[in-house]
Amino acid sequence: MSTLGALLKRDLAAFLPGSTRGNSLLPLLFFLAVAMLYPFAIGPDAELLAATGGGVIWVAALLAAILPLDRLLAPDVENGFFDQWALRGIAEEMVVAVRLLAHWLSFGPFIILAAFPASALVGIDNETLHTVLLGLLAGTPGLAAIGIIIASVTVGLKGNAALSGLLTIPLAVPLLIFGAGSLSSGGEGGIALTGAISLVLVAIAPFAGGAAIRAAREG
Amino acid sequence: MEPCRLSAKDLACRRGERLLFTGLSLELGAGQALHVTGPNGTGKSSLIRIVAGLLRPFAGHVEHSGSMGLLDERLALDEHLPLGKALRFWEQVDSCSDPAMSLATMQIEDLLEVPVRYLSTGQRKRAAIARLLNGGRNIWLLDEPFNGLDTQACEALEALLALHCGGGGIALVASHQSFTMDGVKTLHLPEFEA
Repeated sequence: MSTLGALLKRDLAAFLPGSTRGNSLLPLLFFLAVAMLYPFAIGPDAELLAATGGGVIWVAALLAAILPLDRLLAPDVENGFFDQWALRGIAEEMVVAVRLLAHWLSFGPFIILAAFPASALVGIDNETLHTVLLGLLAGTPGLAAIGIIIASVTVGLKGNAALSGLLTIPLAVPLLIFGAGSLSSGGEGGIALTGAISLVLVAIAPFAGGAAIRAAREG
Repeated sequence: MEPCRLSAKDLACRRGERLLFTGLSLELGAGQALHVTGPNGTGKSSLIRIVAGLLRPFAGHVEHSGSMGLLDERLALDEHLPLGKALRFWEQVDSCSDPAMSLATMQIEDLLEVPVRYLSTGQRKRAAIARLLNGGRNIWLLDEPFNGLDTQACEALEALLALHCGGGGIALVASHQSFTMDGVKTLHLPEFEA
């Protein structure tokens, strides 16, 4: 129990916005920047903006989730943290599960909050915002899980930042289809499917991540 | 506590296409220390990692009873944190109640406020040794522990090794440097070259 607490405390200190590692506010700012730039690029067509704004928020959330991937697991493997944990009998799966929670907490809730100002920037109405918020709540844990899986698979590679971003995008397509798709169907069906995909991803992420980190050790 | 033990039978290690060593067996009981020697690239670090269970041997197997602690060139301390905070994480994980002793032994009390990334090679090594001490492990696996240490710190580490083995612990030390310790056996890795 004390181990779990220590792990979570260290992870939160490293990943929450305003943490000591410094660049943890970037995903949030990036998310807002995309939402802000979009109306400039599209022009002042309120109808068009309102129709597409929800989808843009989703794409911005996906891109923001990709940003911290290269520092999610790789530094701890390089610095020997995972070796030390292994010698203490602390399973990689547990470390990865804790890291997944910390990673989601570091961007999920903040992006959901930032969706309020973002919705004003892209000019979507309250009802659409409601669907976007529920969708993000259901979808961001899945985005975090994909991030963890990709970060663990690319752990031993040099210059893994660009590659992990590229690998994340196809995996995130189902989440995006159902999450952003719920906007046009106006509905709970899409959000429920988004939540289901998220749950599956969250369930397999610790095991996939643990296996990938052990495999990287043998290399 | 049952006495700790470390034994390996017919170990072979392959890195890429090269067989580094083969037919290596060792048997260590409580209070014994083994100095693994050999030029660079003969597999000292690989042997340590195999014994630690971090690397699968190409052949053979390792058995041990007792907890293992590893000290290698990787610090496992958060670079951006002050040393005191970085060490505290491991104190919590290891449920260490009295970390002050090891800090004093390794003479790093004055460095606790300094971020880890500003420490010198020797200071980093001393911090890693303090982390090992706080872990309270039975079997020490040390990979080049004397690298970067000054004379005084080397002597302190020799004393710690003697104390550790005197208290029924086991030490496996891979180092190209010689060190003085009573009753230490030596294993010259090139003798097991394939």
